[in-house]
Amino acid sequence: MGGTMGWHLLRGWTVLVYLFMFLPVAVVVLLSFNASQFGSFPMTGFSFRWFVELANNDAILRAFQTSFVLGLMTAAISTTLGVLASLALVRYRVPGSNYISTLLIAPILVPEVVLAVALLLFLNFLGINKSFTLLLFGHVIFTLPFVILVVQARLVSIKRDIEEAAMSLGASPRQTFFQITLPLMLPAVLAGALFAFTISFDDITGTLFWKPGGVETVPTQIFAMLRNSISPEINALGTVMILLTVGLPLLGMGIARTLSQKRGG
Amino acid sequence: MSSVHLNNIVKRFGAVTAVQKTSLEIQEGAFVTLLGPSGCGKTTNLRMIAGLLDPTEGEILIDGKRVNDVPIHKRNLGLVFQNYALFPHKTVAENVAFGLKYRDVPSSDISRRVTEALELVQLPDVGERYPKELSGGQQQRIALARAIVIEPDVLLLDEPLSALDANLREDMRVELKRIQERIGVTTVFVTHDQSEALAMSDQIVVMSAGRVEQVGAPEEVYNTPASEFVANFLGASNILAAECKSRSAEGVELETPIFGKLVVPAEKAPNLGGAGPAKLVIRAEKLLVAAKDAAAPDGVISVPATIEAVDYQGQAVRYFVRAGEAQLQAINMIDQRPFAAGDEVNLRLRPIDCAALPDQ
Repeated sequence: MGGTMGWHLLRGWTVLVYLFMFLPVAVVVLLSFNASQFGSFPMTGFSFRWFVELANNDAILRAFQTSFVLGLMTAAISTTLGVLASLALVRYRVPGSNYISTLLIAPILVPEVVLAVALLLFLNFLGINKSFTLLLFGHVIFTLPFVILVVQARLVSIKRDIEEAAMSLGASPRQTFFQITLPLMLPAVLAGALFAFTISFDDITGTLFWKPGGVETVPTQIFAMLRNSISPEINALGTVMILLTVGLPLLGMGIARTLSQKRGG
Repeated sequence: MSSVHLNNIVKRFGAVTAVQKTSLEIQEGAFVTLLGPSGCGKTTNLRMIAGLLDPTEGEILIDGKRVNDVPIHKRNLGLVFQNYALFPHKTVAENVAFGLKYRDVPSSDISRRVTEALELVQLPDVGERYPKELSGGQQQRIALARAIVIEPDVLLLDEPLSALDANLREDMRVELKRIQERIGVTTVFVTHDQSEALAMSDQIVVMSAGRVEQVGAPEEVYNTPASEFVANFLGASNILAAECKSRSAEGVELETPIFGKLVVPAEKAPNLGGAGPAKLVIRAEKLLVAAKDAAAPDGVISVPATIEAVDYQGQAVRYFVRAGEAQLQAINMIDQRPFAAGDEVNLRLRPIDCAALPDQ
């Protein structure tokens, strides 16, 4: 049957596409456990050697620390701002809220390089030097849209009736927020925070422009290491990064799902 | 339990006036229904009493105290919504206990009062469940329990039965009325469903286009409509142009092209002053379709007519009847077999069943 044949071809093609996308990643993960100095097949033995070396590499540990602090602060600030902005846009009649909404989402639409250069030039113009704060500021700008999109979507689905009912029962607007609105949108808030963290942790374009001298995040550190030589340590570092950036959101989604199931959605 | 007064309330949304100069007195313990089509301002009024909207002009008094500037969470009102609005992340018992947490109720009393409220709505065993595990009717009972457990001064019900299916709606109607009578709380009920309004209310406030058309007991509003709108909105009515000849103590004498001269009791024409153009209001169920050859009893007007269409409704039938220039509606119980389209019949009418309005 021609139909069956077609399906087989399609299936084969799909497998090829997936291989094309994920094979390089798999190779990196595989080679990170290679015992030999040179990343080549066949592998000469299984070893955690490169992970141990990674753990003893001060520059990388510092980069990790920087990335973590940066990611956590970005997530905290973006999530707070994002939740407040979503509340304002969805629950209150703000003049020009459509324009504000578009403006807040805009950083996703603008190429990151453009955004990076623009912010840098703007701060130069103001006479402000590169600093960790500037880096943080930059990360907040382009993670904020993700938080807003996720939280806003959830907030729209929480009926105003429910909050009005809480207030009629004696809860002040603030008590209503903490008792009703926040718990109901918590899955979205957590998802937004995770997004912000992962995007910040992963970012290289903006970070290269904004980071002050001597400060390296994990991606810029890898980039710097790659310029000298291809050390198997990088494979190990890549594996750790993959674990973090894939694992964290999955974990977050899992937690969010359990939470919303337990609470009766 | 408290009275509610609206004094010259006006509510505008931008250029749109949702409520026009409305004054209303709701007695302590009364069950008052705001009835009208969508967009008539009934929900706007309810939300202003609740404190969810601020009136543009006028005053709202609860128990004689002006509450315009009192925020909703300090008004001590019970509010029930069309879509239940239960807190999905809290159990039924937590939902019902919610309002008690903001009042000085000792924690030992909270569980007792929650149990009592759940018993009152006849759902004593669902405290540990989550709202989504209950049916629509059960959720609405919980919403009611949550609203009354705080012993509100006023209970505000915003189309609470509209989301339920027909059978359940009638059960809940009886149930709601039973609970309201038992706790005796002043209740303001908003609906667009005339049968709910007629069945449940002590008083009905008929509203249209932001205005109060009539306030009265159900029979009063139904039998003596104060305006053409009320006559049309509650049940089916025939409204005929008439000429008022005179008004005396016994009644008003009207003349219509179809029914000739007839005398409508004075109490059924309270707004009709004296001679001049008027409207005769005949309820569709008061217009009796009879066989052509049957003799009419005394005091009954009988005129020849032709059936144009028949709308069979099971226990009753609705006839569209041509009499002279006019097409009239008659809703009659079915005696043996209904008439058919094309039948020549007599239309019978007792003048005491009619009402009269001034011609606006």
